[in-house]
Amino acid sequence: MAVLDTPAARDAAKQAPRGLALSRHVVGWLLASPLALVLALFLILPIIMIVIVSFWGATEFSIYPAFQFDNYEFLFGSPVTYSVFLNTFKYAAITWVFTLVIGFTVAYFLAFHVHSLTWQVALFLLCTIPFWTSNIIRMISWIPFLGRNGIANSTLISWGVIDEPLDWLLFSDFSVILTFVHLYTLFMVVPIFNTMMRIDKSLIEAAYDNGASGFQTLVHVIIPLTKPGIMIGSIFVVTLVMGDFITVRFMSGSQSANVGRLISNDIALLQYPSAAATAVVLLATVLIVIGILLRFVDIRKEL
Amino acid sequence: MDGRRPRSFYVLAAFFTLFLIFLYGPTITIAILSFQGPQGGLTFPMRGTSLHWFRELFEQQQVGDIWGSFSRSLVLGLMVMVTTIVVSVMGGLAFRKRFVGSGLLFYLIITSLVIPSILISLGVGLIFNQLGLRIHWASSGFGSQLTWTLPFGLLIMFAVFNRFDRSYEEAARDQGASAWQTIRHVVLPIIAPSLIGVALFGFTLSYDEFARTLLTAGSYNTLPLEIYGMTTNVTTPVIFALGTLTTIFSFIVIGVSLLTVWAMGRRRARQGSDAGKGMV
Repeated sequence: MAVLDTPAARDAAKQAPRGLALSRHVVGWLLASPLALVLALFLILPIIMIVIVSFWGATEFSIYPAFQFDNYEFLFGSPVTYSVFLNTFKYAAITWVFTLVIGFTVAYFLAFHVHSLTWQVALFLLCTIPFWTSNIIRMISWIPFLGRNGIANSTLISWGVIDEPLDWLLFSDFSVILTFVHLYTLFMVVPIFNTMMRIDKSLIEAAYDNGASGFQTLVHVIIPLTKPGIMIGSIFVVTLVMGDFITVRFMSGSQSANVGRLISNDIALLQYPSAAATAVVLLATVLIVIGILLRFVDIRKEL
Repeated sequence: MDGRRPRSFYVLAAFFTLFLIFLYGPTITIAILSFQGPQGGLTFPMRGTSLHWFRELFEQQQVGDIWGSFSRSLVLGLMVMVTTIVVSVMGGLAFRKRFVGSGLLFYLIITSLVIPSILISLGVGLIFNQLGLRIHWASSGFGSQLTWTLPFGLLIMFAVFNRFDRSYEEAARDQGASAWQTIRHVVLPIIAPSLIGVALFGFTLSYDEFARTLLTAGSYNTLPLEIYGMTTNVTTPVIFALGTLTTIFSFIVIGVSLLTVWAMGRRRARQGSDAGKGMV
């Protein structure tokens, strides 16, 4: 008692609710300050800079400050822009369908058909390990498969399925989408598996007890309950594909274009203002798509 | 029970196996092809087996500055890893305070995760350019990579702290521990295994990062940039040899991390709780 009975302690006791509430925000911001600093310098400022530069002008060698809409006028006036954006959506949509179907099936198998936790963890890790290895190497490693004299063509020829090597296996839309699916299916498996593991197993038993078939349980119980995971996975896949500029360049042999390539081509030509304008439109598009997807899920609840 | 699995189990198991082959097949293929004989090309058939292409990597540097870029990637990866751990833990602790503006900060983290990488690359490049600063992998490259690794670190910390039993902290506080002592001796030991996870994400995502480093690394390449450069002008299996080596390196890093987590879990299970043993 004697210890507590000092003026300071009494003061603190009296002011505790107010003082605590104040310091909670201060302490919170202090702890979050390194994070806020990094995001301010390397996320917010770059976005602001891109928006500003998108109104600038450019000569062949340099860029100069201005406030003109030339870059946007050129962008929206060119038919190339529309076809490239359409192509980007096409890649995103097709990749989304494949990664969703494959990712859902894999997660479903792991969550509901593998019963031992050890096996679940081991197989899940096996699915996630490639995520921690190099994307570029994983991209390159398709070349021996898909080339004119690659494994796929020589196998098909030796089986007598085809007489001449298929040209569209490598450096085509096919190889681009194959690589996207290969790189990004993990981003579907992980959140979907995570959500599935949290489904109360008694709900599924209840469905069976009430006479639902396996398929009915899947459609009416499991899929609705897995929706948040599906949405998070979709956000990952769609944004990764829409923002990509390396996979398309490399796997299409520079024959196809998406918005990312449009930007990186401008950058290579030092046409930064024009690249910035395209980047602004791309960012707006991606944010709209995410905004739509976020209507179906509350991310903060899913952590 | 195991003897009577439904038929769907076997169908799905087959699908899963195919998925794993799809996932690992190409990597294993280039691992095999990197042992091509000196006359071999980028695909099968194998013209003999040799360590020729690996030797090429170690001998002359006609293909570029591989070892320089490797050591830069290593240093950068460690820098990003340490920063990611510290900032993520602090951020995770901060978000528990539910301070004013935490919602906004949360959406910034999500934005950082989903923003097309080329925007970070372009924006950071432009800022350095206009300020007259030289871009360098350890400054602009470092910051750009953090915008990719921090969201993952923070999401892990959010998940950890959402499941954190606060009664441990209350117990520590009741026994007179200061805020710092509570964190140092109670919170950090409990979340230690997840910190290994954050470290793994921080290091490997940086070590393999490409898109956000492309315009921000300056004149000295990191390893992924070097490999990307090689794809346009190297047409020998030497690129497979390099790919195989760097993949093995990644596997070692992943393996060590997973083993550490596993060992920590076992030690905990063995030692268990010391409740009731008293402080003798």
